Amino acid sequence: MTAPHINFMCGAVYIMAGQYLDFEEPIIELEKKIGELKSLSKNNGIDFSREIRRLHKKANRLKKNLFTSLTRWQRTQFARHPARPYATDYIHLMMRDFIELHGDRCYGDCHSIVGGIALLEGWSVFVIGHQKGRDTKEKMYRNFGMPQPEGYRKSLRLMKLAEKFNKPIITLLDTPGAFPGIGAEERGQAEAIARNLFEMAGLSVPIIVVVIGEGGSGGALALGVGNRVLMLENSVYSVISPEGCAAILWEDCKKVEEAAESLCLTADDLFKLDVIDEIVKEPLGGAHRNPSATASILRRVLRRHLKELTSISSKDLIFQRREKFRKMGVFTER
Amino acid sequence: MAWFIRSKTPKEKLKVRRLTIPEGLWLKCDSCTDIIYRTELDRNLRVCPKCNYHHRMTAFERIELLIDEGSFVDKDTRIYSKDPLRFRDIKKYTERLRTYTKKTGVLDAVICGEGNIHGNKVQICAMEFGFMGGSMGSVVGEKITRAIERATFKRNPLVTISCSGGARMQEGILSLMQMAKTAAALAQLSGAKVPYISVLADPVTGGVTASFAMLGDIIIAEPGALIGFAGPRVIEQTIKQKLPEGFQRAEFLLEHGMIDMVVHRKELKSTIGKLLDLFHS
Repeated sequence: MTAPHINFMCGAVYIMAGQYLDFEEPIIELEKKIGELKSLSKNNGIDFSREIRRLHKKANRLKKNLFTSLTRWQRTQFARHPARPYATDYIHLMMRDFIELHGDRCYGDCHSIVGGIALLEGWSVFVIGHQKGRDTKEKMYRNFGMPQPEGYRKSLRLMKLAEKFNKPIITLLDTPGAFPGIGAEERGQAEAIARNLFEMAGLSVPIIVVVIGEGGSGGALALGVGNRVLMLENSVYSVISPEGCAAILWEDCKKVEEAAESLCLTADDLFKLDVIDEIVKEPLGGAHRNPSATASILRRVLRRHLKELTSISSKDLIFQRREKFRKMGVFTER
Repeated sequence: MAWFIRSKTPKEKLKVRRLTIPEGLWLKCDSCTDIIYRTELDRNLRVCPKCNYHHRMTAFERIELLIDEGSFVDKDTRIYSKDPLRFRDIKKYTERLRTYTKKTGVLDAVICGEGNIHGNKVQICAMEFGFMGGSMGSVVGEKITRAIERATFKRNPLVTISCSGGARMQEGILSLMQMAKTAAALAQLSGAKVPYISVLADPVTGGVTASFAMLGDIIIAEPGALIGFAGPRVIEQTIKQKLPEGFQRAEFLLEHGMIDMVVHRKELKSTIGKLLDLFHS
């Protein structure tokens, strides 16, 4: 089975496909109107520029209002937006000469994790990320972004390669979680994740982690032990999905909104808790409305961090990473 | 006076002479549902004499089982959870913490300390399943990390007994980060070439399995212990089919090469003791 062609969806395409969230509707209505006016003025030669400008302003205001008042559950929905750019989208938009590498050399190749070597702003880097699918066929192929143990073992193999050739590592996190299945358990899902955490802590090259969508529990953390941990503005990172949390603690699957509120899983929350280093701004309206602008913002941020980290000795890199995670946790001691 | 009107004094009420039987003398085995005499179960290290089912033990019982008498020193006993997210579901997290402390007599879900196993000094961490399902939050992560650091610094072997449902939801992302924290500390322990023996007791799932529990140089499981990443219910719901008999049990993991051995509770101390002797000499 070969990888289906990556369907890249942005702007008007996803609106036509009806892939938008209910609270996005007013914005989409306005954008439709703007489009209609534009085509009208083009075809009939009537000048609607003033109207269009007014509507543009209104749309921007709407977006701004919406994005400053998003609830945590809405943020989670944005993080899972069907049109949101995925790891390979960012790789192709930010980097050049990407060559994908496959297989864990033990059992198989997991398609929910992609990895390889590429050029980013002049640095050759190893890039590894969770990959979801766009259409049904690709979703199945990518197992909905839920990796098998082979995925983690492949990622570890690539990270060891990066260490061997002294290349920085960039990981892009976007998964609902590691796959819960019979085969995954038989082949040691837990061990694969644990091993990644253990090995990543001691790698002698810079590691930059970016949560680009859904940071789902241990399945995300297994690629998440870095010198820098960044989050895109509309991504989430949590110990359990709001659905899972609601089912366990509220014993009611419908309490997802309460669960999301309690879990504090947005980039803002995590920044306040000192778990992440930086929030990467997305263009107004979210990454899915302008993937290339998002990618270029992210590229600039990555360049800055790469510049800083590549000047640090490998011993200090390991020390800094360990200290960073050592400090995590909130408790009192009397 | 009519003959039928007796002037007899009413009978004295029968004195109640009921036997006073103390509660909980007899228990029903969770596995074979046979009735067992509690003292017999306790004498048998809480292993069912009929079906060999290993019942859960408290953290202190486990320490008593493994550590030479009188040698245990409890460490980091004053760390409390702080409720950083002000988490509330149906109940407040702080309320839950209080209830469990009252119920179990411990402040959080792990007891860490040092002691001897057959004369070998070790750092030991025993998890308390009775405290919120042995879940790992900031306190558990911190205590285990400190134990690992003590083991690294003093060059004492590390023994952990895991018994946990995974990361603690009520501390959100901070619980998840404890996985990375403990794993990173273990990387240092490994670099210092100090042995680490991980014992898995029923059940170990989620974030605990996916961090320090599966990272032992030697991994020992108790018979029949449920060990996995995802819980069986979650797997069943995801793949929509019934799980095979014995799935995710200790013997299944041994068969799949995930653990070194399955050891009966009776032989646990002697096995660890022997291993430590072999590592030392």
